[in-house]
Amino acid sequence: MRPILLQGHERALTQIRYNRDGDLIFSTAKDQHVCAWYAHNGERLGTYHGHQGALWTVDVDPTSTIIATGAADNTVKLWDIKSGKCLKTWDFDTAVKRVEFAEDGSRLLAVTEKRMGFLGTIVVLDINLDVNAEQSSEKSLVITCEESKATVAGWSCLNKYIIAGHEDGSVSKYNAKTGEQIDNVQIHELDQLITDIQWSQDRTYFITASKDKSAKIVNVQDLEIMKTYTTDTPLNSACITPKKDFVILGGGQDAMGVTQTSARQGKFEARFYHKIFEEEIGRVRGHFGPLNTVAVDPQGRGYASGGEDGYVRVHQFDKGYFDFTYEVERQAKAAQQQHL
Amino acid sequence: MAPSFDHLPDPEEDDYDEDEELDFSDLRERYEVQLEQGLDTFVVIDGLPEVTEETRPKLIKFLLRKLNGVGKVREDSVHMPLGEDGKSHRFAFVEYATPLEAALACKTLDGVSLDKKHKMEVNKLTDIERYGREGRIDEHYTPPKLEEFTEKEHLRSWLADPSGRGRDQFAMYKDNNVLIDWNNEKDTPETIVERPNWTESFIQWSPQGTFLTSVHAQGVQLWGGPSWLRQKRFAHPFVNLVDFSPGEKYLTTWSHRPISIGEEGHPQLAAEDDGKHFVIWDIETGKPLRSFPNAEVPSAGNDEAGNPIKRKMQWPAFKWSADDKYVARLTQGQSISVYDLPTMLLVDKKVIKIEGVMEFEWAPATPRRDGVKTYEQLFCYWTPEIGSNPAKVGLMSIPSKEVVRTLNLFSVTDARLHWQSDASYLCVKVDRHSKSKKSLATSLEIFRVKEKGVPVEVVEGIKDTVVNFAWEPKGDRFVIITTAEVAAPSAVPPKTSVAFYCPEKVKGAGVGNFKHIRTYDKKNSNAIYWSPKGRFVVVATVSSQQSFELEFYDMDFEGEKPESDKDLTANLQLMNTAEHYGVTDIEWDPTGRFVATSSSVWKVPMENGFHMYDFKGEQLREEPVEKIKQFLWRPRPPTMLTKEEQKLVRKNLREYSKVFEQEDADRGASADLAVVEHRRRLLEEWMAWRHSVEQDLEDEREALGLPADPVEHLIKKTDESEDQVIEEIVEEIVEETEEIVG
Repeated sequence: MRPILLQGHERALTQIRYNRDGDLIFSTAKDQHVCAWYAHNGERLGTYHGHQGALWTVDVDPTSTIIATGAADNTVKLWDIKSGKCLKTWDFDTAVKRVEFAEDGSRLLAVTEKRMGFLGTIVVLDINLDVNAEQSSEKSLVITCEESKATVAGWSCLNKYIIAGHEDGSVSKYNAKTGEQIDNVQIHELDQLITDIQWSQDRTYFITASKDKSAKIVNVQDLEIMKTYTTDTPLNSACITPKKDFVILGGGQDAMGVTQTSARQGKFEARFYHKIFEEEIGRVRGHFGPLNTVAVDPQGRGYASGGEDGYVRVHQFDKGYFDFTYEVERQAKAAQQQHL
Repeated sequence: MAPSFDHLPDPEEDDYDEDEELDFSDLRERYEVQLEQGLDTFVVIDGLPEVTEETRPKLIKFLLRKLNGVGKVREDSVHMPLGEDGKSHRFAFVEYATPLEAALACKTLDGVSLDKKHKMEVNKLTDIERYGREGRIDEHYTPPKLEEFTEKEHLRSWLADPSGRGRDQFAMYKDNNVLIDWNNEKDTPETIVERPNWTESFIQWSPQGTFLTSVHAQGVQLWGGPSWLRQKRFAHPFVNLVDFSPGEKYLTTWSHRPISIGEEGHPQLAAEDDGKHFVIWDIETGKPLRSFPNAEVPSAGNDEAGNPIKRKMQWPAFKWSADDKYVARLTQGQSISVYDLPTMLLVDKKVIKIEGVMEFEWAPATPRRDGVKTYEQLFCYWTPEIGSNPAKVGLMSIPSKEVVRTLNLFSVTDARLHWQSDASYLCVKVDRHSKSKKSLATSLEIFRVKEKGVPVEVVEGIKDTVVNFAWEPKGDRFVIITTAEVAAPSAVPPKTSVAFYCPEKVKGAGVGNFKHIRTYDKKNSNAIYWSPKGRFVVVATVSSQQSFELEFYDMDFEGEKPESDKDLTANLQLMNTAEHYGVTDIEWDPTGRFVATSSSVWKVPMENGFHMYDFKGEQLREEPVEKIKQFLWRPRPPTMLTKEEQKLVRKNLREYSKVFEQEDADRGASADLAVVEHRRRLLEEWMAWRHSVEQDLEDEREALGLPADPVEHLIKKTDESEDQVIEEIVEEIVEETEEIVG
């Protein structure tokens, strides 16, 4: 698996997203612009200029028309992918740590930081996917996190719920229409920050990554932990691969502890685990800083990782990846085919 | 009455009721201050025959003979009051010169018979006052309840591994938990017991593995048996260090704080232990045998700034002879005190004066010396040059105190004493300085203890300073690590060389002269770990910041032997190398099958955990353990098989290993089967769950009138143009040549 190294950012990466077709990659970093790349050759499609602070988050709508970004300049911006034009800016009281489009692109959620006396919130904005349309300035819903601030959030299937991961290691489920909290479950160790939530393709379950060195698959229905992947390093990101039953985890020694160790010992590797058997399958080296974000091509052809070192590494899966199966999986498949 | 502290009401408690006084009488009784200090020198003797005025001096004279055995008592210090009828009350008061003598009298004279009918009962006068008062003692004798005999658990049951595989156990102290595991080689260790806060500072195995020692502010506890029950307690407050005798009969504890016995006394220690630092205990009874103060270490002179150099405390300070019969302590520069056990009295009631003695070491086994009929314990010691007298190494036999052998040495800076595990050899590593005292060189003086007259052989040809030395256990080969530079403080430790030695081949039974086999240069190695069974040795770099190498050597390699080594009793081969980042501790299991390397949080802040290797250096397992502090193999007692039986086992090894290999294979297969079964179950569960969730989602979409795919219709709407395929053809000329076609 020979990676493509994307050297477009000057500072640590914060988030990477593929579009639905998996041909475009959007990346944000602590420098102040968003980059768009062709996934198949790493050529840069363009950058989006306008933010005045470190960028924390990006998401692309399901039709690959618009991207939304959130930044430390307390704004959420909407951009036309093709032209690079900024379509809309929403102002908030504090930095925006996470944005995510609903599965039909009709709504956008934004997670705001708790700071300067403002509590952390999750805000819902209505979106019109037409680049020429006027976007509403109204916030259609505001959920305030009284207890522990939300660090990440996302939409469940059918836009029924908003799932949020909190600073204290718990996960909440909110009614996406009313904002009412339905459930709150301590998924990770107490006071171990949840760093990422990413969805399965049909958004019926999700994976959480935490500083407690583990990642967990949780189902939306009752917030039950389905699987746990234990590692030896704090995790910053996790994603679920389509087509194959794997998960990819990224992390590494905290930036603070990095100086005490060599790159070999820093564990700056993307780790592959079998989703169902919870066993580690392999690791991909390359970064020389902790991995801040991992993202997988929704079409299952490859994945990208972004590190504290400022690089994005795009990997195309090779034959070995697709051929890898456990004996029991092969048997199950054979049985199924026979059945048909 | 002036308001005193006792009478002040508690301000915090408003509803304090003065009438409701607590009944402290029981506490007061227990902690009553003994005011009559002046009466401490008096004892009361009961059980004397009745005497009259006339016969009284006779009895007193008779008594004095007994009493003077303890301390000086004059005739007029014995008071035997007479009643109105002119007859004595069958008791006497005796005044000793010091309270200590009085206490000793109570201890030694109580219960001594005077004649057939009369037996002395000696008590302290203060005790009579204290306990003899009305109502203090129940008039009716109630026999103490005898606890019913309960059979104790077998303390060595672990040797019969329940799985029948002869596995070894290890203890781990991590974070605040202590756990004991069976070593399962490649597989996850099987935890036998795990307890939070089992110890407060560290854990330690007894030398034969019977007990696990936990250390607390209140003292030391020993644990053992299959249920890990507490076996013994030794209440040495604020204990810091623990040392066992080799036979697990006795225990030494040390605290940097002097023992302080308060008014209320101490459950195990007595008043005479007050102010002491060391206590030697009998493990079986749990009773202290004797306590000692810290040795006054003569200052090693002053450092450059003029401050006295603090010497590091020697531990163990009390060293045990191989048979648990003697324990000895060094008073540096002066003498060695050897105590007999279990009396803990000085052998011959005298310390052994050896002028200038720097260090001593007991032989680790009882040496059977050629031409000596009685096998005594041996220790060796060395003294530096004093005036015009040369430095000396001596071997002394105990209890006869006969000096078996001495060796004079010159220009000695320092010496280290290394016994071979069977006490067959003693190697004295002598650091010598040149005449200018500027450079150091090391020589090895090897005493052949078991041979007649104890001949000494000098190993020549070592130019550098030897920083580490280790004998092969039960063998006659050794490894040294040398360094050219004198270790000056610098960031990068100097390069070292590792050298191997063995005796050369001789005809007949004897052991030939020690010869150099090979030296490996430009190493960072600083530690040598022999397999407890000999033959294999690990040379490693531990507690270093730069390198973490482990090298596994075989001294009896079964392959081809180089021609140059044909006269040697070894065939050295480097079998494997490994690396363990941050390794701080290395330990062979007691059977010599495995090597565990660990990185303790006490020394390295991160990457803590342990690695398991087999004896050939093949890594079996790597396990990160958060905040691991100690990794300790459980030692085993010496084998019960005779030499002949061991030989027989070795002879039939092939037969045995067949059985074991089959067992291993079977176990592997069944373990694999279990894993596959587990995976199959996981897969089925997941599939079933996915199936139901997908079905539910589909139903819900249908109910809401939504299309099966939430996005497809959106894309159709926005993406009206047909897919375009753009093909770009790039032509690249790789090579161009011109040819003239004729």
